[in-house]
Formats: sequence, structure tokens, C-alpha cells
Amino acid sequence: MEQSWFMFILSAIIVNNILLIRFLGNCPFLGVTTAMDSALGMSAACIFVNVLSGVLCWIFQKAVLDTLGLEYLQTLAFILIIAGLVQFVEMVIQKVSPALYRALGIYLPLITTNCMIFGVAVLNIREDYDFMHTLVYSIFTAVGFSMAMVIMAGIRERMLIARIPKLLDGVPLGLITAGMIGLTFYGLAGIS
Amino acid sequence: MGPIVIAIGAMGVLGLALSVILGVASKIFYVYVDPRITQVADVLPGANCGGCGYAGCSDCAAAIVEGKAPVNACKAGGASVAQAVAGVLGVSAVAAEREVARIFCKGDSAKAERKFKYMGINDCRAAMLVSGGDKSCSYGCLGLGTCVANCPFGALSMGEDGLPRVDDEKCTACGTCVKVCPRHIPKVVPVSQKVASLCSSHDVGKLVKEICEAGCLGCGLCKKACPEKAVEVVKFLSVVDAAKCTGCGKCFEKCPTGIIQSLVFTVV
Repeated sequence: MEQSWFMFILSAIIVNNILLIRFLGNCPFLGVTTAMDSALGMSAACIFVNVLSGVLCWIFQKAVLDTLGLEYLQTLAFILIIAGLVQFVEMVIQKVSPALYRALGIYLPLITTNCMIFGVAVLNIREDYDFMHTLVYSIFTAVGFSMAMVIMAGIRERMLIARIPKLLDGVPLGLITAGMIGLTFYGLAGIS
Repeated sequence: MGPIVIAIGAMGVLGLALSVILGVASKIFYVYVDPRITQVADVLPGANCGGCGYAGCSDCAAAIVEGKAPVNACKAGGASVAQAVAGVLGVSAVAAEREVARIFCKGDSAKAERKFKYMGINDCRAAMLVSGGDKSCSYGCLGLGTCVANCPFGALSMGEDGLPRVDDEKCTACGTCVKVCPRHIPKVVPVSQKVASLCSSHDVGKLVKEICEAGCLGCGLCKKACPEKAVEVVKFLSVVDAAKCTGCGKCFEKCPTGIIQSLVFTVV
């Protein structure tokens, strides 16, 4: 851990952007970026869940899997924890804050199967982060995710009123756009 | 044997712990949702057109069950959906008359003049930003098909002449076209309305005559001819009151130089 915190955060948000460089979590990237509202809702829900699941999975890995020598069950255990956590969070929000539930509610079940959430939980372990790094990495990867979502939603809202050949309209152009944004971000690869 | 037992035990305990937590949580954080809301949502069309004024069909269903919206709140679904909703709630439905959208402009590409050639984004709202649109008439249909693109039921199509056509069978009167049109050319009217003045121009007659062959001059001859007093001239535009109109046809017989005749149509 020779990196400074500033570079660590910058790397999590931009240089190693989870969506555009690692290409994790592409389902919401293409699915809910057709309108800015839903992109923001999904991003907020993702930041929230990502931090909770990243930290919980890290604790579980260190406390249970490592001590019992069950590292090979990581995938299974993390999926269980994430699925349970999302269900639990959904119930709590519905009871505690109906307004928040209306804003995030429909995105929470989608997050259960979001590759980013699981990817970050695994990356935290693979990169051998300590607790603070896990927490910060989980927060700022999700912030990077949100940034990419907002960029994509902004571009796609413009596309709505553009003349697009029928052949490319919809998902094809979405994929091409995603690739081009990804290439742009590769230009920052040297930093860190 | 050892590692397998540990693995099974650890995963079993994890699964058990999570299910206990979820089970307890579902009791503690239980929120009562009226089962009728789901039932009503099931019979609504599910197009989320927003014609009822709520965010979507599920929002509308909640409002209906809570009594904030009438049983026939869903205009798009029409009488059959109102009946089904009433069935779920155990009340009788009041049959609302079916409505359809009509395009209140007849100034097609041959009849209406254009100030300049617009070559920008293919959307009426964008065209409006370029000195108020390319049509000489500041009330007429721009013909770029924003209403067609936004119709959630595919009831609109763009005609050869540059004016949208309404398919009465598919139109549900949800009002989306009325909302997206920057000039509010489409209007939702009862399907039984026999006569309408299909023009939106409030310009004075002299100007209308110069720029459009299919515009209302506001001369008021139709108003004088109407035996039922169903026609009014509001700011140089004749408006037919559907409630009073009997469809006798005297108004469009009187329309001068045949211009307004083409504005008035008869639905059998």
C-alpha cells in the first residue's frame, strides 16, 4: 500500500473505472441509462449497496473463510451475503422511508445480480486491502460507476432527438457508445 | 471428511443465519399493502402512458384503491378496463364516453407555406427553437412527427402530405400527443363529435389567407348559419361545441370560398 490516498481514490473512480475499464456491471449501464432519472436512481442504490456488501463480505472473508480455510467457497458465500443483504435492505427501506423506497425500490432487486457489487467484493480480497482501503475502495468504485452512468445517460438523452439509422438504433448504438467512452478512459491508464 | 464437514457446516450456518435474519426482518419491517392494488394494477393496460396524471399504472392503481382517483381514471383502457377495475373493487362503473385524438390542422405541405427550409434535428420541439418553426403559420402542424414517435399505442402515423393521421381503433385518448406537441395541435375529443373546425390558427383572416389554403379566417359565417348556436368564433377561430352540435352540416355549406369546408369533417 505505497499509494497515497488521493491516487487510490482517483484510481478507483477514473483510472480503473469499474464500468469503463474493468467492464463490470454492464447490464444497468446499458439497461437503465435511457433516462437520467433512472440512471441517478440506480447509481444511488448502487453506492448504498456496494459499500454495505463490500464491507460485509470483507469481514466475512477475514472472520470465517480465512480462519476455517474455506477460501474456495468465496463465490458462493459472497453471493449468499449479497442476495440476503439486498433483500434485507429493501425491507428496511420500505418500512423506514417510503419516499426513499419509491425512489430506489425498483432498482434494489436488480442490484442482487449486479456484477459490480460482486466484483468489488472479490477485488477487495484479491488486492489484499485492509479494512479502511476496502471501505474507501467500495465507496469510490461506486462513485465511478455513477459517473459512468451519468455520462452514458447524458449521451443517450441527446441521441433521442438525433437522426439515427434504423440499423443502429437502440442497443447497437449503446454498445458502440460504451466502447468509445471506454477507449477515452483508457487514455488515463498511465496515471497512478 | 473433515474439510467437507466444515464447508457444509459453514455454508449451512451462513444460509440459516441469513434466512433467520430475513424471516425476522419480514415480520419486524412488515408493511401492509392493500392486495387490491396489485389486482387493479393487473387489469390496467400496463403501458405507463401517464394519461391519467399519475406516474404509471401502479401509481394509478394505488390512487384508485385509495379513492383518490375514479374507477374510470384510466382513459387509455376505456370502458372495458373501467368495468374490470369496478369488478375488483365491487362497485359499478360509470361508462365514460370513448375519446380519440384529432389533429387540429389541415395545412399539409401543399396547402401551407413555409418560411424557410428546416434541416435540423427531426423533432418538432427542436424545430420550434429555430425562429419558431419553419411554417409560415405560427399555429400549424410542423409535420416532423414528434407525436407519432411518442404515441405509446402506435395509433399515429405520418401521412404523405406531412400531417399525422390518427387510427381511431388504436387511439386510447391518453393525451401523450397533446403533451409532446409544441403547438398543441392534437386535441382529445369525444369519438361521437360530428363536426369540428380543424384549424388552430388565431391569426386574422387576411394573414391566414396569404399563408395557408386550409386555415380558418374567422369570418363567422358558420356561426350565423348554425341553428343550434353550437359554433363560436374565438379570436378569429371557429370552435364547435360538441354538446350542442347535431351534425346538420349547415356550417360547412356556408364556409366561404370552400376553404373552411375542408376544415370541417363528419364522423358517421
